[in-house]
Amino acid sequence: MEILLQLFISFATVGLFCVGGGYASMPLIQAEVIEKYGWLSMNEFVDIFTISQMTPGPIGINAATFVGSKVAGIPGSVAATAGFVFPSVVIVLLLAYLYYKYGNVGSIRGILNGLRPAVVALIARAGVDILLLAFWNKEKLPVDIMQTDKIAVLIFVLTWFALKKKLGTIKLLASSGVAGLLFYMLTGIQP
Amino acid sequence: MGEIKETSEKLEKAVFKEPFSYSKLFISTFIISAFTVGGGFVLIPLMKAKYVDEYGWMQENESLDLVSIAQSAPGAVAVNAAIIMGYRLGGILGTFTALLATVLPPLITLTVVSYFYDVFSTNPYVRMFLKGMQCGVTAILLDVVLNLMVKQVKKKLALPLLIMAGTFIAAYFLKINIMEIILVDAIIGFFLMRDPQYN
Repeated sequence: MEILLQLFISFATVGLFCVGGGYASMPLIQAEVIEKYGWLSMNEFVDIFTISQMTPGPIGINAATFVGSKVAGIPGSVAATAGFVFPSVVIVLLLAYLYYKYGNVGSIRGILNGLRPAVVALIARAGVDILLLAFWNKEKLPVDIMQTDKIAVLIFVLTWFALKKKLGTIKLLASSGVAGLLFYMLTGIQP
Repeated sequence: MGEIKETSEKLEKAVFKEPFSYSKLFISTFIISAFTVGGGFVLIPLMKAKYVDEYGWMQENESLDLVSIAQSAPGAVAVNAAIIMGYRLGGILGTFTALLATVLPPLITLTVVSYFYDVFSTNPYVRMFLKGMQCGVTAILLDVVLNLMVKQVKKKLALPLLIMAGTFIAAYFLKINIMEIILVDAIIGFFLMRDPQYN
């Protein structure tokens, strides 16, 4: 029981101080999980990072689940995950309440008007990152054009056309997964 | 008072293409979360595609406001977006519906993966399927980005374009901390973008 509480508090701390999302949570998790409690080795920590590149979900949730399940089984993963989202629930609901109460007040409108194009830019940045990862299996520029994964480009183009045909999002994702399985298997190329 | 009324009138303009229900919110969010590999800004465009474009449950501007709020709060952006969009669509119950639907897929996946990590990471078929999905997500994400950019450009206003370009350069090339960039953009907005033409 004590260990569950410890997991909850530990990951609530990570959730509370993890601002800027994604990779920003890694040093915090490292500090709590490796250095403070010794729940994971550095090697296992790097493994979580690798898993998070391939599995759904934010890296913070993935880390919480992985650590919790290693330390205390399924109750541990639930406790750690609940801890991680707890500060978010409280703070975001408070902000949501303020937005719907005062959202149209000039100054708050101004702030949100300033943030809107910024959000577009941040999504664009994620777009570039994921494009590099998909086509070249690299996270940052520069890339070697000769090393382009042609099958990845093909699936990308096919999805793009399917998108213009107004196919639903979920169907698109499932069929691009199946396409990946088929194309890589048929050509014998390794993704 | 007048302003609050105006807000609620604006919000009601969302044209529902599908009636709202908690089960629909749960199922669509669960599937998006389960099939989306990559961080919050990959998940958010998919949520927008579903709730705004496909279901018509809220308006585009409003959804971007909610994403801004989600981004400015601590925690994972995807989780925050689920909390606030769930709240907008179905109150506190909506929050927990969307939150549970967002958290459950990685919770289940990672619990399983933590037991079978070695088998999972070396299985070539799993990797092929995930790689294909990654390419699909890339196409969807870029489509959303292009549409949003075109809309900003069509406004023909200098400030939003400067913020968009500046934020991208600062985040991607200069690698400045995202919270610091957001803070600067918020200050610019606070002082210079109150005029309704920027709404």
